[in-house]
Amino acid sequence: MHGLINRAFQGFVSTTFGVESWLTIMDRAELGFSEFEAMLTYTDEQSMIMLRSAEEVLNRPLPEMLEDMGTFLVSNPQVEALRRLLRFGGVNYVEFLHSLDDLPDRARLAVADLNLPGLELIEQAPGQFELHCQPGLPGYANVLMGVLRAMADDYGDLVFLDHSGTHDGAEVIAITLVETEFSEGRAFDLGAHSL
Amino acid sequence: MKIDILDFLGISDQICPMHVVIDAEGKILAAGPTLKKLRPETEWVGSSFFDIFDLSRPRWVQSTADLIKTAGSKLHLNFREAPQTGLKGVLAPLPSGQGAFINMSFGISVLEAVRDYDLTSADFSPTDLTIEMLYLVEAKSAAMEASRQLNLRLQGAKIAAEEQAFTDTLTGLKNRRAMDHILNRLIASGRDFALMHVDLDFFKEVNDTLGHAAGDTVLQHVAKLMVQCTRQNDTVARVGGDEFVLIFEGLVDRIQLSGIARRLISSIEEPIPFGDRSCNISASAGTALSSAFAAVEDGALLLHQADVALYAAKNAGRARHFFYQPGMEGAEAS
Repeated sequence: MHGLINRAFQGFVSTTFGVESWLTIMDRAELGFSEFEAMLTYTDEQSMIMLRSAEEVLNRPLPEMLEDMGTFLVSNPQVEALRRLLRFGGVNYVEFLHSLDDLPDRARLAVADLNLPGLELIEQAPGQFELHCQPGLPGYANVLMGVLRAMADDYGDLVFLDHSGTHDGAEVIAITLVETEFSEGRAFDLGAHSL
Repeated sequence: MKIDILDFLGISDQICPMHVVIDAEGKILAAGPTLKKLRPETEWVGSSFFDIFDLSRPRWVQSTADLIKTAGSKLHLNFREAPQTGLKGVLAPLPSGQGAFINMSFGISVLEAVRDYDLTSADFSPTDLTIEMLYLVEAKSAAMEASRQLNLRLQGAKIAAEEQAFTDTLTGLKNRRAMDHILNRLIASGRDFALMHVDLDFFKEVNDTLGHAAGDTVLQHVAKLMVQCTRQNDTVARVGGDEFVLIFEGLVDRIQLSGIARRLISSIEEPIPFGDRSCNISASAGTALSSAFAAVEDGALLLHQADVALYAAKNAGRARHFFYQPGMEGAEAS
């Protein structure tokens, strides 16, 4: 699993539960190191050992933690870069949802060896969507749930999300757009990034 | 089918929001919404194209007629007034000499332009790749930053590893740190040993006349000779530029040690080939014995004694080897 993904989880745990908790998790995982490097690659086994250890140390179910991590990645000011990159996907939430089909390609443009599973958005009725997440990255759909929820807040829309099982091996997230421009949302300035 | 010019301009606002239409005299007939946003104070329609824009390439363009002749080739433009944002453009003449249609884009200046003019996605045509380019720039800088952080950490780890290293990277011998370590261990064990300090003669001349590469070759060659002249479990360390320390564990026999020193010095005196030249150097050595004068408690004293003997050897005419004797310090001072 790519270092960026491991590192994201590390950032989430360290910020939410404290650095001490993170070090306890890594001690218990016995991987021989205490920090993940964003630009290195780790085996899936190493990542799974770390996640299991986190589950035990923090005493919280993994799916729940992964969803919280998705929210954290978008809403925490520390990781503003990812939120900005996602906002480039569209000027409103629906356009953003449609841009998710391109997400794996966009991720590869940024980091050549970052392989994210394919995503397919199916519009069933106006305001009714299903997002199909292809397999390949365990827990990816959970993280996406958190990301989708936080991005809705970011655009100021009100959505209802439901993890509705699997279809042809793909995990399915049902998305219902309840109200657009429900709240102010957060400003997005194309040129805000200082180069 | 005949297209009304006004309908046509409505389409252009959508497809290429940074266009300008000029008449044959160079007066602006229409401008796209994004272009207007860059200069909201300007009265676009009716102004002269060259009053607003400065054309830097092609250089031969002096008039509107010249401008229309550039049809199809790349134009380099910028605003006359600050901020003088650079623009790229291309011109297509209108039918029957009515003027021209010029489409523009930011080119590489887009990064500043987006900031300077507070542009949004709506200011670009959906087929324009500008948004993707901005995305890429941000994604790449975020990825580069992560890589830079990794490099910094690796650099730090490398420096830390080097500080902890026991090997002299040039010669592969032990370094000063390793030598100190071994010396302290030997003293603590209470075993007898000899410490020989060797200093090269005429090494500076090699460095000065043939350069540092020659100097490095000499040091590597000498290191090899030292390893050959000593036993497996003796220590050979390079402790300074052309200074070496040899530690002979369990060997305090003066005759044997003299023999080793003699063989070492004469092998060092053999010319050392460097390219089509050869380097001629020699060496002086001084030895202190751990058992010679009372119990030695710290390595520094022993190193000092070997050093004193070495300088006595140097003063006696180089290419020699002396054992430390009490009183040598006085001779050195005189």
